[in-house]
Amino acid sequence: MTTAPQHTGPGVREVPPGPPTPTTQLPTPKRPFTQTLTRLLPLSPALILLLLFLAGPIAYCAYIAFTDLQLTGQAHSSFVGFANFRTAFKDSEFLNAVWLTLVFTVLSSLIGQNTIGLGLAALMQRASKPVRTLTGAIVITAWVLPEVVAGFLLYAFFRREGTLDAILVWLHLPSQNWLFTLPILAVSFANVWRGTAFSMLVYSAALNEIPKEITEAAEVDGASGWRRMWHITLPMIRRSIGTNLMLNTLQTLSVFGLIWVMTRGGPGNKSQTLPLYMYEQAFQNSMIGYATAVALLLLLVGSLFSVIYMRLLRTEV
Amino acid sequence: MALTLSSRRTTRRLAADAGLLVVAATFALPLLWVVLSSLDAHADLKVKAPDGLTLDNFHAILNSDITFTPLLNSLILCGFGTLLTVVCAALAAYPLSRFRSRLNRPFLLTILFATSLPVTAIMVPVYALFVQVNLIDTMQGTIFFFAASQLPFAIWLMKNFMDGVPKELEEAAWTDGASSFQSLARIVLPLMGPGVAVVTVFSFVMMWGNFFVPFMLLLTPDQMPASVSINEFFGNRGMVAYGQLAAFSVVYSTPVILLYVLVARRLGRGFALGGAVKG
Repeated sequence: MTTAPQHTGPGVREVPPGPPTPTTQLPTPKRPFTQTLTRLLPLSPALILLLLFLAGPIAYCAYIAFTDLQLTGQAHSSFVGFANFRTAFKDSEFLNAVWLTLVFTVLSSLIGQNTIGLGLAALMQRASKPVRTLTGAIVITAWVLPEVVAGFLLYAFFRREGTLDAILVWLHLPSQNWLFTLPILAVSFANVWRGTAFSMLVYSAALNEIPKEITEAAEVDGASGWRRMWHITLPMIRRSIGTNLMLNTLQTLSVFGLIWVMTRGGPGNKSQTLPLYMYEQAFQNSMIGYATAVALLLLLVGSLFSVIYMRLLRTEV
Repeated sequence: MALTLSSRRTTRRLAADAGLLVVAATFALPLLWVVLSSLDAHADLKVKAPDGLTLDNFHAILNSDITFTPLLNSLILCGFGTLLTVVCAALAAYPLSRFRSRLNRPFLLTILFATSLPVTAIMVPVYALFVQVNLIDTMQGTIFFFAASQLPFAIWLMKNFMDGVPKELEEAAWTDGASSFQSLARIVLPLMGPGVAVVTVFSFVMMWGNFFVPFMLLLTPDQMPASVSINEFFGNRGMVAYGQLAAFSVVYSTPVILLYVLVARRLGRGFALGGAVKG
């Protein structure tokens, strides 16, 4: 994170914590409390929106997760304590969703997006300009496309009679309906297709900042490409790796549209990750309270990653 | 030595080119499908040369039912959502960037924390909440939620861009009696034009492609944005007209791709990250 420049120019701008001091810049010095309020006034529209539409739902989430709120019928919901969570951890479908979320995240985000992104960025350092530009454009287009469109494109790619099938037939390899036999693999690949550009951009930026002299010196000393990557490049970009992994993971945890379009979580529940499970519980089984408990768990895992991410940034705000 | 190094470099460049081209080809296949199928009278699920180039697919979808109404809905949702986000973020970023206060640090840390929360997780509670307060199935409710969910990142980006505008110019204006609001509107924002453009385009693109939020919060078909109405090509209508689906995808995706290209070209590579993820 670029450290915010601390403006310590001639005009001192601190709001004096105690009584007003002569350093105050305003033409008409006011009392500090009123002054602070006036200065923070522009924050209020954002604050109101955030409180009403983001903090509000999160607080509401924390509340209804402990109730038996249902979608239909029932006028009142009652407080059920941790019952929803106990139900969840006993439910094999929930455990299946946790497992699939884990598989999806590790395959597509930690391994796929991250490694391929780094690989692309590293290759781009050496490749010729036209190839670099072309590859960048294609990969970034996949990233900019709306989620649902990406879902359809990959649906067409993986379905029986789709492009992948056609290639396999052409190579005289056995073809199959990937969305049916290995749905979690197909949606993971879809997420790699869609999300790799982000890692590529992060790593390209990071690699560009490594001074040329360092890698060149190692090259002259006869260090091979892999060794240079392992011993010099990777340690130098380790913070970018950390932040990138964190953001990829958070992004992947909340993927819904892509999987929804490709498989609806099926067949059966073979590609039902936590967001899809949550949706099904809420709207097919009308268990809003229970679904919210699942949402709260997802939110907690996200918060945990979010805190680690902030730690990694070690931002001085 | 120099010679071997340079010849080694040529080999390496060729190897890198080859590697990149393989990856590029893999990534390009699904994209090729959508472009070719949209022009193909007999499109199916494979990438293949069109049987006969035709614009029939586009003719079939370019009517108010299938395309114009959903796109207009998208435009209303994302336009107002983005406007709200950018105005609120600019106002909020100003005191955070300009004045020091004990509240700044906790506020910015909360914002950074909220930036990376999985919004998908709270959609079920948001739905339940919106039912309670009668905001369900309303454009304004969806717009407010869009704006709120995009705000943390927008404030964060905006503050970082604003920090790059030197204060000296504003100080002169203050001495001349300009208010903070005047100096924000007349001096700071014009000077950080590219930054504002990045926040605007980024927010718009994120909302334009968002499926889950309108999918949950809007129920009436007339109000559906393109991200949700595209689903209609599947299931409900029995046979899927892949050519039309592809044509719709092209029409729906083009605006965001153009916006991205415009801003990326103006601001150079890696703009979308805006320094927000630099380790």
